[in-house]
Amino acid sequence: MSKGQLPRWVDFGLLPALNLIAAFIVSGLVVVIIGEDPFEAVKWLVWGALGYGEGIGYTLYYATNFIFTGLAVAVAFHAGLFNIGGEGQAYVGGLGIALACLALDRFIPWWVTFPFAIAGGALFGAAWAFIPAYLQAKRGSHIVITTIMFNFIASALMVYLLSNILIPQGTMSPSSRNFEAGGQLPLLRNVFTSFDFGQSPVNLAFFLALAVCVVVWLLIWHTKLGYEIRSFGKNPDAAAYAGISPVRITIITMLISGALAGLMGINVVMGEQTRLLLDFAGGAGFVGIAVALMGRGHPIGIILAAMLFGLLYQGGAELAFEIPTISRDMIVVIQALVILFAGALEHMFRPAVVAFFDRFSSDTAEA
Amino acid sequence: MQVIDLIDQKGRATVAESNVPAIELIGVNKSFGPVHANKDINLVVGKGSIHGIIGENGAGKSTLMSILYGFYNADSGTIKIDGKATTIPDSKSAISQGIGMVHQHFMLVDPFTVLENVILGAEGGALLKDGVANARRELQRLADEYDMTIDPDAAVGELPVGLQQRVEILKALYRGADILILDEPTGVLTPSEADHLFRILRVLRDQGKTVLLITHKLREIMDVTDTVSVMRRGEMVASRKTAETSMEELAELMVGRSVLLEVDKPEVEVGKPLLKVEGLNVRDDRGVLRVKDVSFEVRAGEVLGIAGVSGNGQSELLAALSGITRAESGTMELSGEKLDLAGVHNAAEMRHKGMSHVPEDRHRMGLVNQFSEYENSILGYHREPKYSKGMFLDRDAIRKEAKERIEKYDIRPPTTEMTAAKFSGGNQQKIVLAREIECDPDVLLIGQPTRGVDIGAIEYIHNRIMDMRAQGKAVLLVSVELDEIRSLSDRIIVMFDGNVVGERGPEATEQDLGLLMAGVNQEAAE
Amino acid sequence: MLDTIILVLDSTFRLSTPLLFACLAGLFSERSGIVDIGLEGKILGSAFAAAAAAYVFQSPWIGLLAGIFVSVLLALIHGYASITQRGNQVVSGVAINFLAAGLTVLLGQAWFSQGGRTPALDSASRFNNIELPFADALADFPVFGPIYANLISGHNILVYASFAAVPLVWWIVFRTRFGLRLRAVGENPSAADTAGLSVTLLRYRATIICGILCGFSGAYLSVAQGAGFIKDMSAGKGFIALAALIFAKWKPVNAMFTCLLFGFLDALAIRLQGQEIPGIGEVPVQVFQALPYVLTVVLLAGFIGRAIPPKASGIPYVKERT
Repeated sequence: MSKGQLPRWVDFGLLPALNLIAAFIVSGLVVVIIGEDPFEAVKWLVWGALGYGEGIGYTLYYATNFIFTGLAVAVAFHAGLFNIGGEGQAYVGGLGIALACLALDRFIPWWVTFPFAIAGGALFGAAWAFIPAYLQAKRGSHIVITTIMFNFIASALMVYLLSNILIPQGTMSPSSRNFEAGGQLPLLRNVFTSFDFGQSPVNLAFFLALAVCVVVWLLIWHTKLGYEIRSFGKNPDAAAYAGISPVRITIITMLISGALAGLMGINVVMGEQTRLLLDFAGGAGFVGIAVALMGRGHPIGIILAAMLFGLLYQGGAELAFEIPTISRDMIVVIQALVILFAGALEHMFRPAVVAFFDRFSSDTAEA
Repeated sequence: MQVIDLIDQKGRATVAESNVPAIELIGVNKSFGPVHANKDINLVVGKGSIHGIIGENGAGKSTLMSILYGFYNADSGTIKIDGKATTIPDSKSAISQGIGMVHQHFMLVDPFTVLENVILGAEGGALLKDGVANARRELQRLADEYDMTIDPDAAVGELPVGLQQRVEILKALYRGADILILDEPTGVLTPSEADHLFRILRVLRDQGKTVLLITHKLREIMDVTDTVSVMRRGEMVASRKTAETSMEELAELMVGRSVLLEVDKPEVEVGKPLLKVEGLNVRDDRGVLRVKDVSFEVRAGEVLGIAGVSGNGQSELLAALSGITRAESGTMELSGEKLDLAGVHNAAEMRHKGMSHVPEDRHRMGLVNQFSEYENSILGYHREPKYSKGMFLDRDAIRKEAKERIEKYDIRPPTTEMTAAKFSGGNQQKIVLAREIECDPDVLLIGQPTRGVDIGAIEYIHNRIMDMRAQGKAVLLVSVELDEIRSLSDRIIVMFDGNVVGERGPEATEQDLGLLMAGVNQEAAE
Repeated sequence: MLDTIILVLDSTFRLSTPLLFACLAGLFSERSGIVDIGLEGKILGSAFAAAAAAYVFQSPWIGLLAGIFVSVLLALIHGYASITQRGNQVVSGVAINFLAAGLTVLLGQAWFSQGGRTPALDSASRFNNIELPFADALADFPVFGPIYANLISGHNILVYASFAAVPLVWWIVFRTRFGLRLRAVGENPSAADTAGLSVTLLRYRATIICGILCGFSGAYLSVAQGAGFIKDMSAGKGFIALAALIFAKWKPVNAMFTCLLFGFLDALAIRLQGQEIPGIGEVPVQVFQALPYVLTVVLLAGFIGRAIPPKASGIPYVKERT
């Protein structure tokens, strides 16, 4: 091992772990500032998320959302693109899913609607990512800014559609009508009756998320397209040398990223709510950033990170119930700290760890 | 004329010797990781003289000057300014000790006016108003004194490069520089702009300023300097009075008298031209014309060497031929098929037409450092049917072939799974070479094949190139290593400032080529 | 008719103020080469701190100071991540936004137990509207009277401060040594470095100023325009300000007009809600909400002029090896 380099397990295991620990330590300090016992808080958090069937169900339900949005951010990362618009793409993707369900739910069973809903979500999500992608590839406008703008435009668009077009006559709340059975995904509590999921909304979308993980893994590491995406992301000059078109890769990658974000609606719109409602994405698009950073862009890492955030979301609800001074917003704080330490301050501990390993290796060399 | 010049320079050199030197460096060392960029450098520069430092790219000239300007700190050694030992921890300190620098890449803020650029960091008060009027007067005075007229209110980004450089010089003088360092100042200048610059430098010297001129062009050294030092591979190999040396001697010192590597070069029957380039012009992304009306052909079984100091258009030439960048104009005939290089092409298309490319900079282009060996072994060929199963990559096939190549090219360590970054330079180059040779091209473009490669691998790489030649391929070899060019090529063309300035056979002497590389064509002159 | 116009313009001023502060804040940061998508978070953090402190100390001024303090603190986190640690500035900005969104409500709930709100502020703890001299006396004067009395007079001090900040910022950026250096590090940090300036120090100073101005913006929301902190009360203003900054091509006076335009769109949306426009019919309020973003995207696409950011923005400064 030459000087300044670190073994793989340190790079992919120890350093991310240190970052995560730092985030949790600071989170613990926040709890102390509020005047509560952080260990007590952790106990309730974990119990709330994993201690009983319904908690586990909710944890999986939230994790499903985060897998989709985490994958969306990660795929774009692989091409060196920062898609901060997962939220808007998920929101608009939900519209595609809802339209498929609204059109079909009265005539055919859910498993026939399902592929159409998937196509609708992916298509609408991808479409919403297309304009920022095109502007980045062709006109050099920065994708971070345009995707932020598109989040807000999506929000305005959806509010308009929900409160003026999709709202059933005679109701006040801005949402679509409820889907009939043909537009409802089976809940796991009805499928796996032997396990007690309580009233949790975890549904078949969870398995779709896992399947999509496999697809993304294959795409990124096993297809020619994935090879090109990674080449472009890691070294744009080498990609140009290899004859890979930057315009093509930027646009295709963003379409895939948008489609993945768009699929999130399957879980919420078709699975839990069985209707399209205001702001259903609820920030999951942004959690995807934390999940992708923590999961280091790999589907396995993303599943683990999504589970962690699912745990935080569900456990946080339980925590807020047991210790009312710690509101659910604690999760947002933890999320922020994870993004900060695992993302922006990614390399903070590196010099110290490198110094430690250099010293360690030179000691052994002398001995 | 020449006689008068000599006497003048000689006289000046004597005057300089009698004074305390303006700059004295003793045993200066600087390393970047494993790269020892400056080894025990000693240097004495007389006050009121123009001192040239000459050497090839990567000889360590720029690093040394960056140390003098406080941009880097030396690992060890002593710096004396005006006879007093000192330290230069940062640029601010360099400026306050009267050192000014004109960087190779100008350190100017494009949207700022000339005046704003000149006063940046020396504004003379918290409000710009206070300093600006003074600065305007001072700038005017300097401009008059040194014959450097310039519009103080012009936006710098819109000025031609020659004037931008003038701003850099004025910036240094405005800060009261007594020592002025110029790093490859003529690289971006037209000949007449360069002449004007030299006139300015002479005026500066006559006013008592000390000028350090970094260049790789011999002609400039002979034209304008009083004394000259030669750097090679991080070491200071010689110092001379300019009047007492010659271009020939400097060329030799600069290139080094390293032993010609023995390469078996059997007789090969030369066939029909496989690559024919005509009227090629290429602009870089800043709009500067870097390749000027270049035409040549390479025949089957022939190695055409392109010699030249780097930065004279070779990189742009390779990029345009390989389809990475678009040319301004020009055509290429590849295995009989004619292509308009001003049209849209990409590198994949050129590969498909039978041209492969070993790029000059394997880290920037030839490899994706984070990819494993076998992934790198298909870069650019990843869409070939033999590597794929439908939309998927056939990783077994890729690994199998990568293993065969590792064996054939003796790549060490023999693993397909390690990331490219962890291989040594020579083995990295072998990965690229194996990829670009084993695809059985008609034409091989190869840039700096042995840059940063260990001695052992050099011979191997040279032999592979000779194999290509023996198989009746056309090889276009670009290298700044003259030895390499001479021992491998059947014909040699020399590029200088984007032009092909001459063609020679492999028997050409180092001196002759060295002069050509400096833009001097003796044959043409005779 | 004049009354309606005055009414809309009056609320335009009120709605533009927080945008303008934030936009000028972003201007300092981005001019120095630090991309800041964390304006939103700093506004929110300041709004909370200002409301909490104003409530506790019964003083809007202490509230303002507290708001500035918290906002600067957040700016320093961003500065540390982007300048010292050379981290990804976008990621850091996202983190700041979440940190503020979470902490404000969390602490608000823990300290005041009102669902994340701070207690309502009484008039003594707020910046109240100021009647300019002779406003009453001149009110009856035709045209000018109502404009002076109802449009120009009768805002709180922060509204005036935000507009007064525009020439001040212009002067700092374009007429002082600091401004020159600021613009230099944003365009070409190497040039500043070789001129003997500290890129790090300049960028930290810029982020701190950015924090101060975001502090004003947040305090305005909770202690001047509103009477206390409400969860997520910045409601995307940081991002509109960011859009305005791009739209204004990073220039202070342009920024003022852009913020007025975006504020006007907002005011118009409120005014026209549920009303028919002759010849067009009812325009959905969402059109006005989306318009600032749509306009910015159109601008970014290069269809109306070109928005070119400071050249070095978003790129951590590393001395280059030659």
